[in-house]
Amino acid sequence: MISHKVIEKNSILMLVLTLLVVSIGGLVEIVPLFYLESTIEKVKGVRPYSPLELAGRNIYIREGCYNCHSQMVRPLRDEAERYGHYSLAAESMYDHPFQWGSKRTGPDLARLGGRYSDEWHTTHMRNPRDVVPESVMPSYPWLEKNELKVPDIAADLIANRRVGVPYTDEMIEQAAADLKTQVNPDADDVDGLLARYPKAQVRDFDGNPERLSELDALIAYLQMLGTLVDFKSYDPEQGQR
Amino acid sequence: MNLLWIAFSIIGAVLGLLLSAKAQDQVMMIHGMIFAAASVFAAYALISRHYRAAPTPVEGPGGIVYNTEIVRYGVVASTFWGVVGFLVGVVIAFQLAFPVLNLDLPWTSFGRLRPLHTSAVIFAFGGNILLTTSFHVVQRTSRARLAGDLSPWFVFWGYQLFIVLAATGYVLGATQGKEYAEPEWYVDLWLTVVWVVYLLVFLGTLWKRQEKHIYVANWFYLAFIVTIAMLHIVNNLSMPVSVFGIKSYSLFSGVQDALTQWWYGHNAVGFFLTAGFLAIMYYFVPKRAERPVYSYRLSIIHFWALIFLYIWAGPHHLHYTALPDWSQTLGMTFSIMLWMPSWGGMINGLMTLSGAWDKLRTDPVIRFLVTSVAFYGMSTFEGPLMSVKAVNALSHYTDWTIGHVHSGALGWVAYVSFGALYFLVPVVWNRKSLYSDKLVSLHFWVSTIGILLYITAMWVSGILQGLMWRAYDSFGFLEYSFSETVEAMHPFYVIRALGGVLFLIGSLIMAYNLWRTARGDVRSTEVGALNLNPEFAAGR
Repeated sequence: MISHKVIEKNSILMLVLTLLVVSIGGLVEIVPLFYLESTIEKVKGVRPYSPLELAGRNIYIREGCYNCHSQMVRPLRDEAERYGHYSLAAESMYDHPFQWGSKRTGPDLARLGGRYSDEWHTTHMRNPRDVVPESVMPSYPWLEKNELKVPDIAADLIANRRVGVPYTDEMIEQAAADLKTQVNPDADDVDGLLARYPKAQVRDFDGNPERLSELDALIAYLQMLGTLVDFKSYDPEQGQR
Repeated sequence: MNLLWIAFSIIGAVLGLLLSAKAQDQVMMIHGMIFAAASVFAAYALISRHYRAAPTPVEGPGGIVYNTEIVRYGVVASTFWGVVGFLVGVVIAFQLAFPVLNLDLPWTSFGRLRPLHTSAVIFAFGGNILLTTSFHVVQRTSRARLAGDLSPWFVFWGYQLFIVLAATGYVLGATQGKEYAEPEWYVDLWLTVVWVVYLLVFLGTLWKRQEKHIYVANWFYLAFIVTIAMLHIVNNLSMPVSVFGIKSYSLFSGVQDALTQWWYGHNAVGFFLTAGFLAIMYYFVPKRAERPVYSYRLSIIHFWALIFLYIWAGPHHLHYTALPDWSQTLGMTFSIMLWMPSWGGMINGLMTLSGAWDKLRTDPVIRFLVTSVAFYGMSTFEGPLMSVKAVNALSHYTDWTIGHVHSGALGWVAYVSFGALYFLVPVVWNRKSLYSDKLVSLHFWVSTIGILLYITAMWVSGILQGLMWRAYDSFGFLEYSFSETVEAMHPFYVIRALGGVLFLIGSLIMAYNLWRTARGDVRSTEVGALNLNPEFAAGR
């Protein structure tokens, strides 16, 4: 039997053995997730984010919303009643990074879309206590004041495509236009936008049609959360893993 | 060699200016300038060092010229970042109790300050403690001077630069949105460079050792360094939108990204906050107690079992999520098994005190060290408990998790660090004793009360919140709205914040005590009654 003394006297041997020992767990647990087909359920409706939704999601990340809000409804009775159908892996398959969260200082947001009006969101972001007196959420008054600045939204889509999100050439070409079209129902190419991003909501979100603010993007994102999957066509038996 | 480093600094300055000039966003512009300024400072320091007379080498114990200067810098940096990290923690604790304290400004809102707090305490305070103690321990237990002349300084200052880039980035809104891995791609790259040099300095010192065996503390340091490198690189793989912009998209998505993140996140706990700090325990507890480690055999089992099992535990952060069940169950099983090596380590630490338990009464530094190991035992029992799915269904997403983290972070990590700092300052400044043992004792009691307030408040609020979320009334409807559960948390958030204030006060007492010790002062009322530094050499 090899004595531990051998390892203890050789730093490189110790380093290599350590690396081997700490690799096993990750290899066994993580690697199969990439090739087991059952990992992500087959459902209809999940699509890449529209440019405006993606920009809104980036603001969500920038402000650190994930520190207090989860986007992951667990299959527990009370959560189903409070938030809706439990979350599927497929619903975050285009999320780079995932935003499942780990703490609910505020409620889960996985199925927030369509629950409140745009006006509610605008008021809430300006000062949460105006609509929820008990809230401890910070106010975000700068979001409606800041113009949405994205240096090159097409580059964002390209970066996403490089990591596996199926953005088409057409989507990338139209990205800059789509960003503006989604807040303007009178724009020329609304139908094109809806064809590229089914169920996308096209309207002015922040109550100020004069300009495209960060709040427009954020509310566009919040209003689509959890609205994509067609649960009528989802078979939970088949989703068993 | 010196010229090479100067060349690197100049390249760094040019690179920083280039990034700043072509930056697509404000954060990249500022970060380019910070990087350029740091490089210029480095070049200036290198050149002025060249023209300065080399300091006369001072022999330490055993006639070896140790690099104690870097340990002194490390002690100062650790203490500074500790106080900063605790202060930000207190601020955000009050924000949760009184939201008006968010000040309605982007740079001071909770979502940006919370990563600042977690990174400041884990990476700035904890990281500096690990750098500092590892540099001290590897030299002493190898009986060799730290490898490299400028490389250790590159590691030290490079790491401080990483902290500054990460911290300013958070406040300005640069984040990857993955917990404890918030720094953006270019900051991650910089840390990778620093970390590789750190590994080389550490290994290089081991290669110079005059002892046949590598001491057990160094096994843990080595495992910490290589595993953190692995975790850091894999979890931060991402695709930048542009080389002149901060934004990147992580390589993985959804469920795969989630498990990679918590494989990283849990092992940031396992290897950064546990393995690294166990190394501190394995050196400083025996040193301070002047007793050998309790069991050599137990330390071998402890080491291999701990590093093997820890890496599996990540999925317990994702119970009942869209992560496949097999993976959750595997994570839970290994988390429960992890209890055993954790307690093996605790026993090895505590039993080292055999025959020296009386020192608990006379030496407040030992009190910090022993209490830290006790907290380690408590939170490594609580952790496996919370990883059981049935318990986790209640505890997850609540403050119970926050309380659990802090019993480990304050009770274990910070206490063992405080013990090490109190031990190190008299040694590396060559002082007869600390300035005051009574102040150490005061620090101990003030911060212990703080921790107890903190964790009991979080237990109550966490369990209360979990139960309120799932409470049904007699008609079968959910009894509480979410906002009612938020309202119920208020008193506990106030108590928690007060606990944090006590902990912060304790750290300020320590900073004062360490500063006076470094200056060579002794508190007049305690002369003759202080625990002495056995390594003190007059005339050095």
